[in-house]
Amino acid sequence: MRHYQAVIIGGGSAGLSAAVTLKQNGIEDIVVLEKDMEPGGILEQCIHNGFGLQTFKEQLSGPAYAQRYVKMAQDLNVEIKLNTMVTKLNADRTVEYTSSAEGIQTISADAVILAVGCYERSRGAINIAGTRCAGVYTAGQAQRYLNIEGYMVGKKVFILGSGDIGLIMARRMTLEGAKVYGVAEIMPYSNGLPRNIRQCLEDFDIPLYLSHTVTKTFGKDRLEKIELMEVDEHMNPIAGTEQYFDVDTLLLSVGLIPENHLAEEAGIQMDPSIKGPYVDDSYMTSAPGIFACGNGLHVHDLVDFVSLQAKRAAEGAARYLKNPKDRGETLAVKPGENVLYTVPSCVHPSDAEENVEFFFRVRKPMDEGTLEVTSGDRVIRTMKKKKLMPSEMERVIITAKEIATLDGEVRISVKEANA
Amino acid sequence: MIEKELICVTCPMGCRITVTMEGKEVLSVKGNTCPRGEAYARQECVQPMRILTSTVRITDGTHRVLPVITEKEIPLEKMSEAMSEVREVTVSAPVEVNDVIIENIAGTGVRLIASRSMEHI
Repeated sequence: MRHYQAVIIGGGSAGLSAAVTLKQNGIEDIVVLEKDMEPGGILEQCIHNGFGLQTFKEQLSGPAYAQRYVKMAQDLNVEIKLNTMVTKLNADRTVEYTSSAEGIQTISADAVILAVGCYERSRGAINIAGTRCAGVYTAGQAQRYLNIEGYMVGKKVFILGSGDIGLIMARRMTLEGAKVYGVAEIMPYSNGLPRNIRQCLEDFDIPLYLSHTVTKTFGKDRLEKIELMEVDEHMNPIAGTEQYFDVDTLLLSVGLIPENHLAEEAGIQMDPSIKGPYVDDSYMTSAPGIFACGNGLHVHDLVDFVSLQAKRAAEGAARYLKNPKDRGETLAVKPGENVLYTVPSCVHPSDAEENVEFFFRVRKPMDEGTLEVTSGDRVIRTMKKKKLMPSEMERVIITAKEIATLDGEVRISVKEANA
Repeated sequence: MIEKELICVTCPMGCRITVTMEGKEVLSVKGNTCPRGEAYARQECVQPMRILTSTVRITDGTHRVLPVITEKEIPLEKMSEAMSEVREVTVSAPVEVNDVIIENIAGTGVRLIASRSMEHI
């Protein structure tokens, strides 16, 4: 069985960044396993701009951003196996994969980095009543058809869910000549970035129906009509608010979920608040030597943060490979008031060598709030924050020195001003 | 005097900018975190400008379409004119990233360029 120092599962933005970082840290014997015919992952279909401002200090399209990382990986002679699907990961860091070139193979590694990305919630997950006709797509599926395969998926479109991919597809379909009748969002606020509301909907006079949802689809072979209803504060449709739109296409942008079946099968402990693995400050999961990062760990808002997090995970893996020591007791880091989740979810106060940047999301929009990091009863950090939105990731750095002093459970919370 | 709330679209930060205007004149710009935000806000009040991204047909490439992007922002009102030019174009592989696809899109003086490389198959 071929043995590597490190195997990276996934050749998208996280996997490529992790591979480049491992090479830069002197870890030479590595391989990236990628299921698609080319590296780059979801970036290849995200042809809009806005990528790379943090990483490259310029605005790039998704494919251009991916190409930079592919080039770096090639320059460092990273081995990337394409058209290669990982079928199983084991806790002992053996990896089973299949490809038409090699058949079914098993390899082993000292470290495995999960950079597997996420998948879209589909129609089945949100229980829309009505006929099972053609014309109902997830937004990302339509995006792939349009931007990579070169097929237009419909002419009269309605979009359910105000996630960023849905908003971007509203603009994209409009520019391609489709009529987009509206975007419905079940929550009273949008789940997309504010800039996308502006440039994808308002620029093209596409209405956003907040506190609304699609309750029924009509059509025999192809979608013909949808029913839209207003919802109450418990998200239940309000009788008498039915509106109908004659559309041939319904796009669903109703959430992303980390792709976690490999991790679950390997017996890795999962964090229900992120739907990905629990990781410590080096991005190591509960299985020694297995690391996780990117959208396969928790769904990010910007790719720049995916690259950054994958870099940290690879640095963690490189440190582990050079010195696989026991890092001592772990201290849990938990979401407090108004916080949905925090990543990483634990630290090692007795082995605090690096500053730790925590990524978190708030539960609800807040005009103003105070971020508070506490350990037991002790307040470690407070910081005023403005315009907090669940659609935007927040970050806070706790220094290695501070980590070393932590003694009680750590909580990250946001106290709403004037609440 | 009127106050206008804008969301900066220059980058994904999405800064909330407050512009104070007197008629068509911008008096002050607040809330931006970088100089590009101020430039955006001033421009947005006169003539909104946007980057256009789309795809053009490609023959003999690894995919059927090639993603393209304008090198700079173009006026928002020129979008549909620009798109009708984009629809007319077919290129052939190989293409290198930043290759010029349309020299002067919709008479804006801005170039439409390839946003990735694509090999010949």
